[in-house]
Amino acid sequence: MTLPDAESLIAKLAGQIQREAGPSIALVGIYTGGVWIAERLHQMLRLSPPIGTIDVAFYRDDFKRTGLRAGVRPSDIPFQVEDAHIILVDDVLYTGRTIRAALNEIFDYGRPASIRLAALVDRGGRQLPICPQFVGAALEIAPDESIELRRDQSGRFTLALIAGST
Amino acid sequence: MNADLQISAAGKLQHLLTIEGLPPEILLQILDTARSFVSVTEREVKKVPLLRGKAIFNLFFEPSTRTRTTFEIAAKRLSADVVNLNIATSSQSKGETLLDTVANLTAMHADMFIVRHGESGAAHLIARNVGPDIHVINAGDGRHAHPTQALLDMFTIRHYKGGFHNLRVAIVGDILHSRVARSEIHALTTLGVPEVRVIGPRTLLPRQVQNLGVHVFHDMDAGLKDVDVVIMLRLQHERMNGALLPSAGEFFKSYGLTPEKLARAKPDAIVMHPGPMNRGVEIDSAVADGRQSVILPQVTFGIAVRMAVMGILAGN
Repeated sequence: MTLPDAESLIAKLAGQIQREAGPSIALVGIYTGGVWIAERLHQMLRLSPPIGTIDVAFYRDDFKRTGLRAGVRPSDIPFQVEDAHIILVDDVLYTGRTIRAALNEIFDYGRPASIRLAALVDRGGRQLPICPQFVGAALEIAPDESIELRRDQSGRFTLALIAGST
Repeated sequence: MNADLQISAAGKLQHLLTIEGLPPEILLQILDTARSFVSVTEREVKKVPLLRGKAIFNLFFEPSTRTRTTFEIAAKRLSADVVNLNIATSSQSKGETLLDTVANLTAMHADMFIVRHGESGAAHLIARNVGPDIHVINAGDGRHAHPTQALLDMFTIRHYKGGFHNLRVAIVGDILHSRVARSEIHALTTLGVPEVRVIGPRTLLPRQVQNLGVHVFHDMDAGLKDVDVVIMLRLQHERMNGALLPSAGEFFKSYGLTPEKLARAKPDAIVMHPGPMNRGVEIDSAVADGRQSVILPQVTFGIAVRMAVMGILAGN
């Protein structure tokens, strides 16, 4: 299948957020792809609060099965979460479990006024009642395939389909 | 006391008993994970749900304030249930053996034991006798090892010095009785510190300590010259049998860290101490409370490092 151009999907997301979300928002990206996209959106939308970054490792629901992987990055939300209007950003939305973990983590920083979800790609397959408000593209991806956001040295984004992994 | 007991066939850390024999990758994984836990402890809710439903037993057969408390805080910040056993008032004083105590606690569904014991090898003995899902952390055994103290010291060094590869580190004082020194020497050499020095009187240095890959000094002025990190050790009166030292005052004169002696080190050298400090015995108050002291940050980092060790073990 031909994958859409990641750069135009980000432009599309930026347009949606600008139209519907208004100026008083703060972005929180989920490592790794979500942080890249949040950084780009932050530039494009000229937002003033710095972006937050989250590694959901300490909130995952599969800790008992997989343990703690190496390379956990520190989460950091450098703005006041209390009463903030937050847009949570991820690259690929699938089961919704990562988003559940990220929501729980954000609430440990404070009680936001609202959280909305932006995803570059929604590949369906949800296992939790989680629904994005801003989507770059909805794609049908087979369960044994995965989709990955890549960033080259010049900072340009592309999407890649990976077979045989979950 | 081999590393096999600590590392599973799949290469995962099962127990943390000693630094000796652990590969640098495991030490670095612990330090990297601890960095993420430092940011947790700076938030409004200083807790993550990682160890929800796990029962952790603090088994302290020897007095300790800082280590026991930081393990307790670390476990609570991981959402585990913590039970502190005051061994002096427990069945041990009625004659129960160490392994019987552990068997009884296992029957209460313990998931992890944190063990401090006056005998070298106590944590190993427990680790050898628990089921495969139970993890043991050595919180200090006799003169042998105190791995989490060494790890938090490595975290502190990396925090202030950015890495390990260009450093000169001096460990000063009562090396002979110090499990901290032994664990630190293993950690520093494993992580690639090119020059580790030990400084102390002959009577307080283990024989053949140079076989651990360290440079031996008996003179503070020579030993501290151009070092980046000074680790002071506590003079362990309670572990000394016989006359190893003329007096605490004599010791201070030769080996106590004063501002004048510290001036031999690099101007940006940091001063560390595992605590509890004997002011005026191994360290002068002007140094302990001075600009180069990172003794209190060590305590804070100790919580994050112990969270990392518990988090990694519980998931393996």
